[in-house]
Amino acid sequence: MTRRREAQLDWNTFSEGIWQENPVFVMLLGLCPILAVTNSSINALAMGLATAFVLIASSLLISMLRNYIPKQVRIATYIVIIATFVTIVDYVIQAISLDLYNALGAFIQLIVVNCVILGRAEAYASKNRPSVAVLNAVGMSIGFALALLSLGTVREIFGNGSLFGYDLFGDGFEPWVVMVLPPGGFFVLGGWLLLFEWFRQRKAEAQGELAAESSKPGA
Amino acid sequence: MTEDQHQQPNVAASNLIRVLGGIAMLSGFLVALVFQVTKPVIAENKRLAIEKAVLQVVPDAASYRQFSLGEQGISSDENQQDGIPVYAAYDENGELTGIALEGSAFGYAGKIYLLYGYDPTCECIRGIKVLKMIETPGLGDKIITDQAFVANFNALDAKLTSDHMQLANPIVTVKAGTKRSNWEIDAISGATISSKAVGRALNESAQTLLPKLVPEIDKLRQLQSAELKEAQP
Amino acid sequence: MQADSLGFIFLNAVLVNNFVLALFLGLCPFLGVSGKLNTALPMGLATMFVMLVSSLCAYGINLVLVNFEIEFLRLIAYIAVIASAVQLVEMVLKKFVPALFRSLGIFLPLITTNCAILGLALFQTFKEYDFLQSLVYAIGAGTGFILAIVLMAGLREKLDLSNVPSVSQGAAMSLMLGGLLSLAFMGFAGMGGH
Repeated sequence: MTRRREAQLDWNTFSEGIWQENPVFVMLLGLCPILAVTNSSINALAMGLATAFVLIASSLLISMLRNYIPKQVRIATYIVIIATFVTIVDYVIQAISLDLYNALGAFIQLIVVNCVILGRAEAYASKNRPSVAVLNAVGMSIGFALALLSLGTVREIFGNGSLFGYDLFGDGFEPWVVMVLPPGGFFVLGGWLLLFEWFRQRKAEAQGELAAESSKPGA
Repeated sequence: MTEDQHQQPNVAASNLIRVLGGIAMLSGFLVALVFQVTKPVIAENKRLAIEKAVLQVVPDAASYRQFSLGEQGISSDENQQDGIPVYAAYDENGELTGIALEGSAFGYAGKIYLLYGYDPTCECIRGIKVLKMIETPGLGDKIITDQAFVANFNALDAKLTSDHMQLANPIVTVKAGTKRSNWEIDAISGATISSKAVGRALNESAQTLLPKLVPEIDKLRQLQSAELKEAQP
Repeated sequence: MQADSLGFIFLNAVLVNNFVLALFLGLCPFLGVSGKLNTALPMGLATMFVMLVSSLCAYGINLVLVNFEIEFLRLIAYIAVIASAVQLVEMVLKKFVPALFRSLGIFLPLITTNCAILGLALFQTFKEYDFLQSLVYAIGAGTGFILAIVLMAGLREKLDLSNVPSVSQGAAMSLMLGGLLSLAFMGFAGMGGH
């Protein structure tokens, strides 16, 4: 793989995590929590915030230490740093709300094996300055949180008739229970991916037509 | 790149160890720090949760005290070896109104932990509160939200046999709408497994704890009123 | 308590609360390596082996942590153990079955980030299983994982030969399949209960 040019402190660094390189919809990373804690919007949001904290904090620390970590032990070091921040988030959530902690369960601790965080550390934070790494991490976190919410809201609306705990449809609503059960998670994510792919294909077709129309060779 | 690796070996080893060691110490320090800072907050949260639960499952309760039920009976020492926590609830005058006990059983998705209030006067269970569960939202969690199910526990019979060795009639969950006796629980249709788990949790806990607890109830009454009399000016 | 009998633990982990289809753990390899049956099965076996090793080590480490009241180091300790177990498996495979080692490629070190393994260690700690129960739980979880990944591989191989709309090719289709498998496995709910 060719050496990536040093990323700049600009909009692109921030936004690529949200759309072009969305960790879930494009790179298909970090799927376990996506399906597991998105049976309600509040859980999804809380998970997004927790992951954001770990991602940003570890990106910052790893980027600051990037010149002092020898290549041979870099993965081990990254994992220890990530595990540290995850443990911190675990205790902080317990202190804030026991109910939320019980709802999220073991998945808080499972943030440590979220491929998004380790992947970013390896591919980005270890190769760029702290300010850039943090900017990218923030973008990625937003992208990840959006993915979580897109699942959480759909599943909660259809499966429970509510949004963020507020009843939407009243008593007559017959919830589509499978939505908040495991199969529902698979189906809804598959549905979103389908939508994404359809969107991308349409966009590629449109660009292809534009290129064909203009008589200049190449795009 | 290969030349670099050949030149690095001796320097690398001690460097690796230094880096790993440094990172490990930094991590340990950070985690220990956060742990110490949050420990009192978490303990307070847990205490508040239990207090709320106890006051909810025992009607007319104004305060509670935690005791420990061990092999030798009731003791005020909460950290007694092999002791099971028992929460005695008192009304404003310091009279014992009920005792909250814990129970648990496997439901659909995991273990359901609940607290139930035992009233020694009517020898029945007067309320339950689910402390922790991961049942299906919207389905299994009806054991909390379904009014008809909750009404099962307004006066659930928990009398002991005359020799105080076990429940006269084991608590059992029956099919929705078929409840005939006071010791039966009407299941929620569509959430049978979660409903049965509640029944099992109550039955097992009551069978184990009530025979040991009932003989000690007078002691619980006396302990509190004695201390109240001491505290009064 | 009957619920914690060894047979129940095993069946529960394989069918009722299958790690992949019910608990959503181990999805990256589930979607990534299940394309072909002859890579899916060895991947499953390698994962099960790592599960066993990590589970037993985690049990031992937890005893030490509890003894010294430093439970807040649990996560870091567990992940270190898992990383080492994966290293071990890599070395063993490289030495004895190099062809397999090459075909699994990048997915072998990725077992470290397999949520299923850390999830297994954490769950067995929460459920406070003793040594024998942990062992059976690990075997059950591994078997469940292999079952899910092999089923998925079989389905996907068949799917390669049929006409699938281009928008749904790849991950979307795999997820739909996964959803159907998960739905099917829900039929096992309540098994082994009362």
